[in-house]
Amino acid sequence: MSELIEGYLGTTVDGKKSRVPAKLDYIQSVTGGFLALFMWGHMMMVSSILISKDFMYTITKFLEGSFIIDGGSPLLVSIFVFIIFVVFITHAAMGIRKMPANFKQYQVLRAHSKSLKHDDTHLWLTQAFTGFVMFFLGSVHLYIIMTNSADIGPYASADRIWSEWMWPLYILLLLAVEFHGTIGLYRLCVKWGWFDGKDPRKTRVRLKRVKWTLTIFFLTLGFASLLAYIKIGIEHADKAGERYVPTSMTQGVK
Amino acid sequence: MSDQRDITISVLKYNPRDSDSNPEFVDYHLKETPGMTLFIALSQIRQEMDPDLAFDFVCRAGICGSCGMVVNGKPILACRTLIANYPDGILQLMPMPAFELIKDLSVNTGKWMDAMSTRVESWIVDNGTEIDITKIEERMEPKLAEEIFELDRCIECGICVASCATALMRPDFVGAVGLNRVARFQIDPRDKRSDEDFYELIGDDDGIFGCMSLLACEDHCPKNLPLQSKIAYLRRKLVSVK
Repeated sequence: MSELIEGYLGTTVDGKKSRVPAKLDYIQSVTGGFLALFMWGHMMMVSSILISKDFMYTITKFLEGSFIIDGGSPLLVSIFVFIIFVVFITHAAMGIRKMPANFKQYQVLRAHSKSLKHDDTHLWLTQAFTGFVMFFLGSVHLYIIMTNSADIGPYASADRIWSEWMWPLYILLLLAVEFHGTIGLYRLCVKWGWFDGKDPRKTRVRLKRVKWTLTIFFLTLGFASLLAYIKIGIEHADKAGERYVPTSMTQGVK
Repeated sequence: MSDQRDITISVLKYNPRDSDSNPEFVDYHLKETPGMTLFIALSQIRQEMDPDLAFDFVCRAGICGSCGMVVNGKPILACRTLIANYPDGILQLMPMPAFELIKDLSVNTGKWMDAMSTRVESWIVDNGTEIDITKIEERMEPKLAEEIFELDRCIECGICVASCATALMRPDFVGAVGLNRVARFQIDPRDKRSDEDFYELIGDDDGIFGCMSLLACEDHCPKNLPLQSKIAYLRRKLVSVK
């Protein structure tokens, strides 16, 4: 009943302002920070292909829990992706509150940002645009991985990227994720005043420098990894569907 | 004086109360004089070229906050703007958005600020504490007094509001000026309001939780107020209110 009263009057039954906006703001930051940091880890795992196919295979099996289950279980990956998917949807729901909600707001925002030429306003627009893009691209990627968690590996991933035509989506998704994530982490810092120190203005300049360094680093690493998978995918196209067998097993070494 | 630079000031002229008026840019060509501010240039235009041109000013010294306008896309105070800072000599002037347009460059910031002031109860609330005026006022540490004074330097020019995309998209947003006001009273020991009380004023999406941290307020404030850190401070305070 109290929810009805609050929804109707905008005031709690105690006659106070709802605490939900505070919670939503907090949840947006927590989920965003978690996803951005998760993407750093994700990129490190994905880029293992740059070292060797065997290394990428080992990482994959490790994430399938090979250290506790013999041979690993892709179900663990599915469960983990499901959790990420829930956090992703929650963050999207929180983020959408800030986007322009109608044409008038969009028109005002566009005219304002074009004329003001303000760096952080442009960064926010980039974040809003990439966030919108990820509603679709991120969902496609997450659903595919969640339902096909057994198909992760040097050949399986490369075949998906090349033979199953995921590379155009991954190029766009990589750009969206890296811009959105690093801008988001920068914004989290200034929004909550982390690392402010004695001179928040100087800190902000430094934070922005770190943000751009990270953006370039992860984009470089991401595109290098994507190219590696594309190369393997092209070479493996006529045997698409065949799974990778690690060198240790082909040589009969256990 | 033949080396005087030719400058062009292009003003968006419009009178919303005149049904015959259509918004249009009108160009004024004049010679730059040494140390010329935008305020001086506008006064010259009004005296010599267009007595109908409307713009606001009072102090001419960056104190009253009346002459805020958008110059080449940036909201700034006309009285503190040197024409010499515009190398190509072309200035496009528009009234500040977010505020009620009176005419041409003149906007009603007073009406907006008054509503904001009322909304955030921009005064010391002592919850009925009896003050004995025969006794010397309670001492305040100079450091704290300075901190309060730092936030009190706000001249309510409206530039933080005009540069804020959130405020433009969502007219009910309290703006950095309103949040700064709350921060000012939040740190004042004479104000007896608790964080719960301040939450009642700005604890929603039109208040502190609506701010998207674009920081155009911080980057354009003519008084260099610490808006970034104070807004973050308020957010940390109010998000933890039970």
